[in-house]
Amino acid sequence: MSISALLSMGRCCCRCCCPRGLWMLSAPCCDDRRMCVCPGPRRIGIPVRSSSLPLFSDAMPAPTQLFFPLIRNCELSRIYGTACYCHHKHLCCSPSYVPQSRLRYAPHLAYATFCRPKENWWQYTQGRRYASTPQKFYLTPPQVNSILKANEYSFKVPEFDGKNVSSILGFDSNQLPANAPIEDRRSAATCLQTRGMLLGVFDGHAGCACSQAVSERLFYYIAVSLLPHETLLEIENAVESGRALLPILQWHKHPNDYFSKEASKLYFNSLRTYWQELIDLNTGESADIDVKEALINAFKRLDNDISLEAQVGDPNSFLNYLVLRVAFSGATACVAHVDGVDLHVANTGDSRAMLGVQEEDGSWSAVTLSNDHNAQNEKELERLKLEHPKNEAKSVVKQDRLLGLLMPFRAFGDVKFKWSIDLQKRVIESGPDQLNDNEYTKFIPPNYYTPPYLTAEPEVTYHRLRPQDKFLVLATDGLWETMHRQDVVRIVGEYLTGMHHQQPIAVGGYKVTLGQMHGLLTERRAKMSSVFEDQNAATHLIRHAVGNNEFGAVDHERLSKMLSLPEELARMYRDDITIIVVQFNSHVVGAYQNQE
Amino acid sequence: MFYWLLSVVRRQKTSRRWQNWPSVRSSSTAAEVHSVALPAQAQVVICGGGIMGTSVAYHLSKMGWKDIVLLEQGRLAAGSTRFCAGILSTARHLSIEQKMADYSNKLYHQLEQETGIQIGYTKTGSIFLAQTQDRLISLKRINSRLNVIGIPSEIISPKKVAELHPLLNVHDLVGAMHVPEDAVVSSADVTLALASAASQNGVQIYDQTSVLHVMVKKGQVTGVETDKGQIECQYFVNCAGQWAYELGLSNEEPVSIPLHACEHFYLLTRPLETPLQSNTPTIVDADGRIYIRNWQGGILSGGFEKNPKPIFTEGKNQLEIQNLQEDWDHFEPLLSSLLRRMPELETLEIVKLVNCPETFTPDMRCIMGESPVVQGYFVLAGMNSAGLSFGGGAGKYLAEWMVHGYPSENVWELDLKRFGALQSSRTFLRHRVMEVMPLLYDLKVPRWDFQTGRQLRTSPLYDRLDAQGARWMEKHGFERPKYFVPPDKDLLALEQSKTFYKPDWFDIVESEVKCCKEAVCVIDMSSFTKFEITSTGDQALEFLQYLFSNDIDVPVGHIVHTGMLNEGGGYENDCSIARLNKRSFFMISPTDQQVHCWAWLKKHMPVDSNLLLEDVTWKYTALNLIGPRAVDVLSELSYTPMTADHFPSLFCKEMSVGYANGIRVMSMTHTGEPGFMLYIPIEYALHVYNEVMSVGQKYGIRNAGYYALRSLRIEKFFAFWGQDLNTLTTPLECGRESRVKLEKGMDFIGRDALLQQKQHGVYKRFIMFILDDHDTDLDLWPWWGEPIYRNGQYVGKTTSSAYGYTLERHVCLGFVHNFSEDTREEQVVTPDFINRGEYEIDIAGQRFQAKAKLYPVASLFTHKRRKDDVELSDLHGK
Repeated sequence: MSISALLSMGRCCCRCCCPRGLWMLSAPCCDDRRMCVCPGPRRIGIPVRSSSLPLFSDAMPAPTQLFFPLIRNCELSRIYGTACYCHHKHLCCSPSYVPQSRLRYAPHLAYATFCRPKENWWQYTQGRRYASTPQKFYLTPPQVNSILKANEYSFKVPEFDGKNVSSILGFDSNQLPANAPIEDRRSAATCLQTRGMLLGVFDGHAGCACSQAVSERLFYYIAVSLLPHETLLEIENAVESGRALLPILQWHKHPNDYFSKEASKLYFNSLRTYWQELIDLNTGESADIDVKEALINAFKRLDNDISLEAQVGDPNSFLNYLVLRVAFSGATACVAHVDGVDLHVANTGDSRAMLGVQEEDGSWSAVTLSNDHNAQNEKELERLKLEHPKNEAKSVVKQDRLLGLLMPFRAFGDVKFKWSIDLQKRVIESGPDQLNDNEYTKFIPPNYYTPPYLTAEPEVTYHRLRPQDKFLVLATDGLWETMHRQDVVRIVGEYLTGMHHQQPIAVGGYKVTLGQMHGLLTERRAKMSSVFEDQNAATHLIRHAVGNNEFGAVDHERLSKMLSLPEELARMYRDDITIIVVQFNSHVVGAYQNQE
Repeated sequence: MFYWLLSVVRRQKTSRRWQNWPSVRSSSTAAEVHSVALPAQAQVVICGGGIMGTSVAYHLSKMGWKDIVLLEQGRLAAGSTRFCAGILSTARHLSIEQKMADYSNKLYHQLEQETGIQIGYTKTGSIFLAQTQDRLISLKRINSRLNVIGIPSEIISPKKVAELHPLLNVHDLVGAMHVPEDAVVSSADVTLALASAASQNGVQIYDQTSVLHVMVKKGQVTGVETDKGQIECQYFVNCAGQWAYELGLSNEEPVSIPLHACEHFYLLTRPLETPLQSNTPTIVDADGRIYIRNWQGGILSGGFEKNPKPIFTEGKNQLEIQNLQEDWDHFEPLLSSLLRRMPELETLEIVKLVNCPETFTPDMRCIMGESPVVQGYFVLAGMNSAGLSFGGGAGKYLAEWMVHGYPSENVWELDLKRFGALQSSRTFLRHRVMEVMPLLYDLKVPRWDFQTGRQLRTSPLYDRLDAQGARWMEKHGFERPKYFVPPDKDLLALEQSKTFYKPDWFDIVESEVKCCKEAVCVIDMSSFTKFEITSTGDQALEFLQYLFSNDIDVPVGHIVHTGMLNEGGGYENDCSIARLNKRSFFMISPTDQQVHCWAWLKKHMPVDSNLLLEDVTWKYTALNLIGPRAVDVLSELSYTPMTADHFPSLFCKEMSVGYANGIRVMSMTHTGEPGFMLYIPIEYALHVYNEVMSVGQKYGIRNAGYYALRSLRIEKFFAFWGQDLNTLTTPLECGRESRVKLEKGMDFIGRDALLQQKQHGVYKRFIMFILDDHDTDLDLWPWWGEPIYRNGQYVGKTTSSAYGYTLERHVCLGFVHNFSEDTREEQVVTPDFINRGEYEIDIAGQRFQAKAKLYPVASLFTHKRRKDDVELSDLHGK
């Protein structure tokens, strides 16, 4: 059976036999499998049981699973060697030792939980060693493609009367999991009651519950914040009188991007409370709504709601557990709002928004539109120190981590860094047993004196689009830690403009033989074919991020190896990668400019 | 920016020679050009100083027309001609193309002697390689046709190929064709030589002069507007190459000349260490998509890639002209192919990759002839990158056309009038030429349909038929069903279905034919050209009586099969005419006659008459109900008796069918089978079709396509205009004396020629051949153009062929000549001559015995099923 057949079967199984709700109820039976194959280091603090239960069904654990037995023997031992190294020296093991796995929680803190899966894995590897033949194995190009393309999605802004009048031509998005299940999320939607389009990437940690919740809820909060008073009133009246509601968002989703049905009512009620407050707060003057303010309010409000919901709880035990998991896990968010030539980027955490600018000579340059909120950002360090008493100056950031634990300095959820110790204890005690059994949730960060230490407030950047601004790349840190921003922009730029800008060959006055020319052309074609393989700029970027060799060219062998890593190893070599590439419409942007 | 292909040395020589011509009133220096004013009038103005323009000028002046002006916007021979690879090849797929190339070859051969100008003519011969058996079959077919028109050529083994060309890798070859007389020549120098000879004959040549547009009055050319002033003229010849389309459109009354340019690349190298001999044969490796010739001791190699780059879609575009650079990435597949064919070239040094746009037409054939809308406006362009090969011959035929009114050969396949305005869309041309250019080196198999530019004209039933499994072919932009694939049957994919043998649809068409013979079939024949001619008095009748060879003065409601002949008695059109009432006629002609027939009628229509001519093609959907049960279906739908007593053969009546009124029902089927044509106003088409299909169910009705129709008509020896009949065949030559009113004492066009023929006998005769020892399953199928041998002597070529499902034999139609054995002169063909011969048909070099028939096989007409033959399966719906 072909790999792609297996793949589609795997995915099909997930979706048909385990509709989300059903699967969640029956989840405990799957737990053991997930637990034993889970490599641990990534998720140290949280016992696997709780983090693997939830809403992540089909975000493709199946494929990587299938390839595991197929890995080349020598490759396995190499991987194993790395893992072992990490295991023994974990106390001093800084993330840089495992170059592409950047742990959000320091490893030494959960030694106990770390051990169990490790041992399992030990045996497993040993077993494989004896069983596997020294036969070479690589994924074939179609197999590689089916993995890379499993989550790709493209959206083209529909044309009206033969013309696209939007400043956005469309976007490509894709994600490649390293965690099983993937903890990244993405969202894209068009605002229907206001103009503009929202796009965002969300990088979850300590499970995907929070990133999932943020991915489905945040855009509603933003859209509501942007709505004029009259529209809010109209919607509220419609709810009140049971009439049909005005649609607010048009989602552009990949089939794998799911929404939680169970929590939908709860989420709606929170959202409604928010707009009711907005209505009440309205002073009567119909001032222009400030996008920047709206974004900040929406971010803060959603985080607040997440926190509140967890404190209040829910009579439904499933929902109760869900809101707690959302609150105790965390997520960063990088959201772009594009309306005509106005581009706002709201960022919380360490995902990044990068603008691709084509210079007059056709070359590409990158303009960063967001600041990472982590230890590499001086301003953030300063902010943290200012927000807490002087005597905490040394403990608030340790080993480049917040309280020595968390890498991003801003995030949704993560109530462990926001609630007082009292509140944490109270909620955990009154919470369901699963929560109580959980070592991580019970654990209180060291030096925890003056909470909150963490905020979801975004930093908003405004950029006025120019005709030379060709595209925007939103991506989680999984991409940025493997590729330089300049390379990212160049690769996407060259991809989007086709190969027309590859410098044509001219013989000129040089002495070139037919054979030399032939060799040169074959090489160039091979380079080009990797472009034509992808219909999606995000896929193309992932292909480079994962498969690039030291010369910046996609090396199929490397790509094949990276993609056939068993899921328990994948995280050691790379992080989840989620990318959205938004392409701008230079004609429309140019026209805006000319109008003024 | 243009690279001077033919080396600097030659360029200098050229310019020197240039100034030596006293008669050429032009020169390369601007000052002189300005000093010479254009003449105020001329008989002929030719636009375009490439090989086509100069060839027309040369031949016109040779034929005695002296008052000719040739205008060139840049310098002579500076367009595509300048960049032409210089290969003269006679191995062409069409006979007329072979003849043009052969004439060009002979012309160029003696041109040096005639003009004293060196044109670099070198007889190299050419070798066409076959990597596959199918390619070899294709070459063999060309080979047998070349041989019969006297061009030596032979099929050779790979080993022989290696002997003829030292550098070739022959390991992957299955054979090749060697044409020893082919040559290479400098096309620019040929152009200059032709120009020089023409100017010696009095032609005036002006360069740096652009034609802005052609002035037309009352549908007749009156002059030319140039950037240097006006010239009054009677004739204008558009030889503007890739700009011909634009020039045609620049008129007030646009002349549509459908052609489009694509970039074309070839490579030049430095000489080999041991330079190639100048007579090294030219190689055409069509499977590798490349050609290779020697060039100054090195090689010149180009090809026709699969992904051509169309250019100048939006007209002459400075941006694009400047972008005409070498595109090595684009050339890479061809370079690989070249190095595979000649591995030793690896170390050869590159001189240049030349980018020279070539012009292509929608059907891969060149365009010549007079515009259907403007009299005196002639065109010669769209050479599909064979300009050098065709230049001489095409120029000659066009000159004959202008001087005599018609060329000496049948050139319908190249006639501008095969196209109409409908092929003139830029988008269509751009898409179509992208298919045409690779097709030059693709395998040409029978029954090949273009895939681009489709679904332009469709019948209202298109979707219905398509849903029922119709497979489509296109004629003059109109989609026509070929056959209907039953739901349970799968056909091969397009690429795999290419074959010279029995095609995969054989059984499908068989069942359709059977149904036509035994029950009833519906064929959508809406594509036929339909005209209505009416007048207030008797003018329509008088006019048509003069134009048509048969007697049109029949009782109202009768249909006449008749030809529209030219002065020579040849068919300009073969049509059916129904007399709707005393003063009104309905004329049905082949699909591709839409432009030609209209032009012919308009040309002969008396000026200021109150004759009304209307093209009603689009108004009617035509359904052909073929088969013995068609009578039952129609009578049930119309509550009218339809038997022969009430509705005799060749009768036309307006009646109601189903709910729809005003349907023109005609008792003819274009196949010789019983049945009816229904001409339905389009808004009723779906209704009538649905009614016919639902009522017909109990008579076993089913859809059928043109392949079934074709099989039926060929089996019945029905000739079709455009395939079998052309402007050089007369009714007497194809056994149609009965369709000519010679005895009635009425004058009509072509009468004198026919009378003379009747007196002296005919020189060729249309014959039906039934292949005897041909195995349908295993042998190559005939197509058209196969040589016919009588007692071992070549006597003619087939014009069409089909498998006759009733005869269970292949049937070929074709013309038999009687060439005198010693002088090769044509002699009279008598029935006796036909009957007393043993015939063979040559299919790709293999000869099959054939029985010749002067008249259709009689038994086919009395096909009747005996009662005890009926079996259960006859009860099934077909």
